[in-house]
Amino acid sequence: MINTPVLSVRDLVVEIPTRHGVLRPVDHVSYDIAAGEILGVVGESGAGKSMTGNAVIGLLDPPARITSGEVLLSGQPVHSLRGEALRRLRGKRMGMIFQDPLTSLNPLLTVGDQLAETIIEHLDVSQSEARRRAVAALDEVGIPAASQRMGSYPHEFSGGMRQRVVIALALCAEPDLVIADEPTTALDVSVQAQIIVLLKRLCRERGVAVMLVTHDMGVIAEAADRVAVMYAGRLAELGPVREVLGRARHPYTAGLMASTPLASQGRARLRQIPGAMPRLGNLPPGCAFSPRCDRAQAQCHEEPGPTLKRCDGRAACWFPLNTDATEEAEA
Amino acid sequence: MSPIIKVENLTRIFDVSKPWLNRVIERQPRALLTAVSEVSFEVPENSVYALVGESGSGKSTIGKIIVGLEPPTQGMVEIEGVDLASETDAKKIDAVRADIQMIFQDPYASLNPRWRVRDIIAEPVAARGGKTDGLAERLLEQVGLSAQDANKYPHEFSGGQRQRICIARALSSEPRIIVCDEPTSALDVSVQSQVLNLMSDLREEFGLTYLFISHDLTVVHHMADVIGVLYLGRLVEEATRDALFSDPKHPYTRMLFDAAPRMDAYGREVDPPKGEIPDAINPPPGCAFHPRCPLAVERCRTERPEMRRIGDTRVACHMAE
Amino acid sequence: MTETRIETPAAPRPSRPRRVWESDFIWSFRHSPVAVVSFVVVLLMMLGALFAPLIAPHDPFNPATLNLMNGFTPPGEANQFTGEFFVLGTDDQGRDVFSTILFGMRISLFVGLSAVFLAMLIGVTVGLMAGYLGGWTETLIMRLADVQLTFPAILVAMLIFGIAKGITPPEHRDAMAIWVLILAIGLSDWVQFARVVRGATLVEKNKEYVQAARLIGRTPFSIMLRHILPNVLNPVLVIATISLALAIIAEATLSFLGVGAPPTKPSLGTLIRIGQEFMFSGEWWILFFPAATLLALALSINLLGDWLRDALNPRLR
Repeated sequence: MINTPVLSVRDLVVEIPTRHGVLRPVDHVSYDIAAGEILGVVGESGAGKSMTGNAVIGLLDPPARITSGEVLLSGQPVHSLRGEALRRLRGKRMGMIFQDPLTSLNPLLTVGDQLAETIIEHLDVSQSEARRRAVAALDEVGIPAASQRMGSYPHEFSGGMRQRVVIALALCAEPDLVIADEPTTALDVSVQAQIIVLLKRLCRERGVAVMLVTHDMGVIAEAADRVAVMYAGRLAELGPVREVLGRARHPYTAGLMASTPLASQGRARLRQIPGAMPRLGNLPPGCAFSPRCDRAQAQCHEEPGPTLKRCDGRAACWFPLNTDATEEAEA
Repeated sequence: MSPIIKVENLTRIFDVSKPWLNRVIERQPRALLTAVSEVSFEVPENSVYALVGESGSGKSTIGKIIVGLEPPTQGMVEIEGVDLASETDAKKIDAVRADIQMIFQDPYASLNPRWRVRDIIAEPVAARGGKTDGLAERLLEQVGLSAQDANKYPHEFSGGQRQRICIARALSSEPRIIVCDEPTSALDVSVQSQVLNLMSDLREEFGLTYLFISHDLTVVHHMADVIGVLYLGRLVEEATRDALFSDPKHPYTRMLFDAAPRMDAYGREVDPPKGEIPDAINPPPGCAFHPRCPLAVERCRTERPEMRRIGDTRVACHMAE
Repeated sequence: MTETRIETPAAPRPSRPRRVWESDFIWSFRHSPVAVVSFVVVLLMMLGALFAPLIAPHDPFNPATLNLMNGFTPPGEANQFTGEFFVLGTDDQGRDVFSTILFGMRISLFVGLSAVFLAMLIGVTVGLMAGYLGGWTETLIMRLADVQLTFPAILVAMLIFGIAKGITPPEHRDAMAIWVLILAIGLSDWVQFARVVRGATLVEKNKEYVQAARLIGRTPFSIMLRHILPNVLNPVLVIATISLALAIIAEATLSFLGVGAPPTKPSLGTLIRIGQEFMFSGEWWILFFPAATLLALALSINLLGDWLRDALNPRLR
């Protein structure tokens, strides 16, 4: 890649000191997101996917903190910013979309006021220009009769429309990066499809980099360009969505795919991954996935899995599936 | 074969009005929410009947009425030929009660945090004064946990393990029917498959009948023999699994199938469905789906479609063929 | 942040005392100096009150042992007539202040604890019923609570005290005074418990474990007692602690106003009332030491309650 990626995360480590020892919800995670690209971050609860997003945008709840690694926004380090500088950057260059649209909107202000306020704070424009842009933003996310809905309060919108307002709010200051944390989880299937289409369109038209955090492989498959699979705080696999979902190299990814019921499979018994993801305070000595992995060998139980660096390889696994050798043989 | 569950013209209306004084001051009428409207279906013994729908479809309310947690406003539910609402013989009611159990959605809220697992699992039997020696231990092993776990408290278990405990509790009174209300939607994918497999195994072993309530089409497709699709409290289509998935008749069913994200559809450009689910307090007249329906004609706006049979499918749509 | 919640590793289970010592609750106690100091103060005072007859150097209520010549002995000095020594001095009748405080605390704590227990019993019962049964039961109970809250608790207590005094025959009044105090303070304090328990019950009753119990066919009484009650006890414990401090102060106030414990069986409040008569004539210790004891006791209990509220709050963990 010649262009500097919009977001570049390098060896990010987030630690939480507790009285039972130091936990690492994010452990040496590295990835890039280019302009106009959607990176899906997928994993089970506790895998550290939301924590990664919060670390990038500077919303870690103490005592959690970044202890090493870098977060670069268009090449500039942002992980060390604090206070006012961070706050300004967060609204201006990074937008956030949360799972529950109700908690990210102020219930006492009209959506028009909230949008205009955000625009004025981050873009140097007049009040009337801000309101004009706010209407345009609502219009763009597909809210019918946008100029009339400016005076409505968040509770007067339905769930799907509210999430559209949140998206408009995240995008109105024209950020370079949007972090969407489970943006469709609280929505019904039909509305979820609408929101995915909207996110994809905005990402493409505006050239925004999107980090889409979700547990839903289906959403990832439809929306993401590339996907990062997380397990117990580490990156298990990273690559183009077609490759990762279609020809998974990490046994965990493969297991996830196989355990999702597919229409084409019929009533056959589902493949299951035995056990559950270990708690962070209780990780096994070797690769975190080794106790559940049917391919695990002695090395896996003793040595931690290889860290996934941006350039070398796709899966953080000593014995990956679907490697080049097998691909060549098939070709 | 006579059905083990028979639901006829089931209607449930909730009064969601504001308090009387507010209504008088704001001059608002009473607000009635029709959660379930004239739903009829039958579940044959030893089968899996699934109810699918989005939020507000009334699927959970139907489940609660069937197990007796909510009373019906109109209509009737018969379990093993006994209508719990009108039956007066306490013995019969008790026998039916013991035969029907439920598994809930949230494994974190469905176990009393202050009770030991042993007491939780044995409660359905203990409440009837039955013998509970070794019962919890036996059931724990049956659902894939160990007998020693009986002494622990719920917080010592993960979500998937808790759902296994819930299943063990549901099994303890040796029921014939289990109503499963979104049993895996709070679980992670890798754990979901474990629980679904376990449920399939138990069904075969004990000859159980499941009423499976879910919004997840892939899970429903995996588990169900017959599927009923609900929209805004009304049953719009009912068909066997293969018939429904290969040839959906109702436009809403088709919309659901199209909108559901698919893992094998990388970068699929869908034309998303129009509109959102209408307000259940003031549902559209005629067919509730007509404002979003691509096939809607004048008749759909005025006349509510009755359930009719097309082949093996039952469908409530004027335009279906 | 459920993601980062960790619990004791499942591997080998440590012994029971070890588990208790390592539990979050005790750990948070051990690491809060304020809680430890408050706890020690309260514990010492309770032990002092409990064993007052054994510890107290004098029996302040046995007139035979009193010597009027000992009156007004200042603390830390020998009496100028008798040469006797009193740590905290004596009052006008020559009673040892230290001993009267020990016996006074006994009455204060007994009244406080009993009153809180009574308030808790009433409040938890009606709160559970209001929350779980709803409907007119709830309306009736909560409106009653609202009405009672519009009067200051001390007025309610005085009213109850007055009525009770009116209906007891005069010869029993002194003996009954303590019980009337307990009844008055307890009845004026149940509202807090009822409100908190009702709120917590409303949350718990919608949880699925309660639905599961209903499904099994448990009666409402059994569900309230066995399922909901254990899960609403945490906030009750916090309120009980803070109420204890309030009840002790309420008792002192009533006694100070002369409607509480009789001078023959003085509580801390009675002692303060007696003491304030001498405040401006130079015998400060008769007022100061009982007042300081009351302050230390109430403050320690309150601090302990504050810590308890934080320690039992799952969100702050």
